Amino acid sequence: MSGRALLSVEDVAVDLPTPRGNLRAVDHVDLSVGAGRTLGIVGESGCGKTMLSRAILQLLPKKARLSGRVMFDGQDLARCGAGVLRKLRARSLAVVFQDPMTSLNPVLTIGTQLVETLQEHLELDAATARQRSAELLAAVGIPAPEQRLAQYPHQLSGGMRQRVAIAIALSCEPKLLIADEPTTALDVTIQAQILDLLAREQRRRHMAMILITHDLGVVAGRTDEVAVMYAGRVVERAPTVQLFKTMRMPYTEALFAAIPKLDAAPHTPLPAISGRPPDPTRPLRGCSFSPRCRYANGRCQQEKPALADAESPDHRYACFHPIAPAAGGAS
Amino acid sequence: MATLELVVSDGVTAAPARRGRRLGPLFWAAIGWMALIFAVAILAPVLPLPSPTDMDMLERRAPFSLEHWLGTDGLGRDELARLIHGARISLVVGLCAPIIGLTIGGALGMLAGYFRGRFEALVVGSMDVLLAFPPLILALAVTAYLGQSILNLTLILGVLGIPAFMRVARAATLSLARREFVIAAEALGATHARILLRELLPNVMLPLLAFFLLGVAVTIVAEGALSFLGLGVPPPISSWGSMIGEGRESLDVAPRLAFLPAIAMFLTVLSFNLVGDSLRALTDPRQGAL
Repeated sequence: MSGRALLSVEDVAVDLPTPRGNLRAVDHVDLSVGAGRTLGIVGESGCGKTMLSRAILQLLPKKARLSGRVMFDGQDLARCGAGVLRKLRARSLAVVFQDPMTSLNPVLTIGTQLVETLQEHLELDAATARQRSAELLAAVGIPAPEQRLAQYPHQLSGGMRQRVAIAIALSCEPKLLIADEPTTALDVTIQAQILDLLAREQRRRHMAMILITHDLGVVAGRTDEVAVMYAGRVVERAPTVQLFKTMRMPYTEALFAAIPKLDAAPHTPLPAISGRPPDPTRPLRGCSFSPRCRYANGRCQQEKPALADAESPDHRYACFHPIAPAAGGAS
Repeated sequence: MATLELVVSDGVTAAPARRGRRLGPLFWAAIGWMALIFAVAILAPVLPLPSPTDMDMLERRAPFSLEHWLGTDGLGRDELARLIHGARISLVVGLCAPIIGLTIGGALGMLAGYFRGRFEALVVGSMDVLLAFPPLILALAVTAYLGQSILNLTLILGVLGIPAFMRVARAATLSLARREFVIAAEALGATHARILLRELLPNVMLPLLAFFLLGVAVTIVAEGALSFLGLGVPPPISSWGSMIGEGRESLDVAPRLAFLPAIAMFLTVLSFNLVGDSLRALTDPRQGAL
């Protein structure tokens, strides 16, 4: 937030035409990430996290309509031409996807995929590119990288594949890395390794990162700032420490309560959020969380709360009945 | 931090993954037959064979002998020489025509599946028109108009194969074009050309090649059918199809004249199908994905 932002998303909305009507996947979102900072975007499935990341990368489905501005390094990505966009993507932007099974080309070896990306972006000769590939694989914690180069994706484990995907993303030295649920498809022991790897490489390369996840626990120790999304909108945004200390939005609180606790007695039922997210093709008049919110009253069903400042301008939330700061986080 | 993976790494790395898959004697028999046919077809001019067109009216429908290993046909021409020279025609047409279909149909299909929209509608529409045409009538019309030659035969069979290759390529491209590795390549700034050639083509190539070998088999049969109908290569030259056609006249006295080229064609087509199937199973790296 402070200083010059590397990326600022201003009033971005994404509409997807569907047979059932217009689907507003992202609803007027404002966000910004400074150089070298980490932003976490948290929300449940279908709340628009992935669409927002695709909107930033300008990789939306062809039928989608985007409004608002995506300012990256002083340029509006939504309005620059195909050539400029390609150069920006090649030099400054990178993405790691959720499922490493599908994010690598199944019929090309790891080496081919890495070497070609390097040759394309950094204009290296084949031998240097190969050497750099091995270094990159070593940097993301893959043992015996030289041999791995000759292998196909299906010969690697899920965690390994995600490391390779990260190596490919890092190969062009991006300024901003978007990690779209990078650990969701992996098992828990690998999750922590991959997140640590991302954090380490981010610090080393001084790159900004957007970490998209549905797990507040993932975001907790690894981000500078967190935005909580619900039904396409940002409903609470705060520096990470502050958010966990004083969460104001009932949805954030409910998400937090849904994290399994280690010290809970066995067979304690997990406090899930009842109900389902609203149908995005039939937007509600009031607050979109109101049908599931235990604090909701008549006003919540009538008007939409705007994103308003809390005690500090860094902490903003959209709720008429914020949780009192003292009670925040205790749930 | 990578402890879990460090432990397994050394023993497993770069282990040859598909040594274990067995090819079986049938595959090798098919390869052997194909090698034999290709060898004699290529070497036909230098082999010590009688001329396939010299007639010997005193030795019509001669039985097997040392002079004529497989006897002679209705006009006293050496049957073995005609079979081998017929293989040249069948193989040239059988390989070249599917190559036309593979390149044009494959390219159109990939472009249609990747870019979608109006271009796709146009391509699919025009291919449907081509498919709706009765192929034999089209071949008849074209050979009647342009004349009977190997080139014309190859071209018409090639063009008729384009829609099928287009459909295979388009279907494969459609299922791949929105996969994450394509989006990831796009996010890394790859151009359309690069995505098509480097990301999609290696994936689409597998089903296309398998289909190509099937196409070779089908084309050999189609060329035989056309030659049988007298639309194939012009008469003095032999082809398996025209040999079956000529042998039809003497089915009652010398059935071997029709059966020998039929057996040759049957074995060749079967070999292509067997090899195509095995190669597809063998070269598909996705097989081990589970």
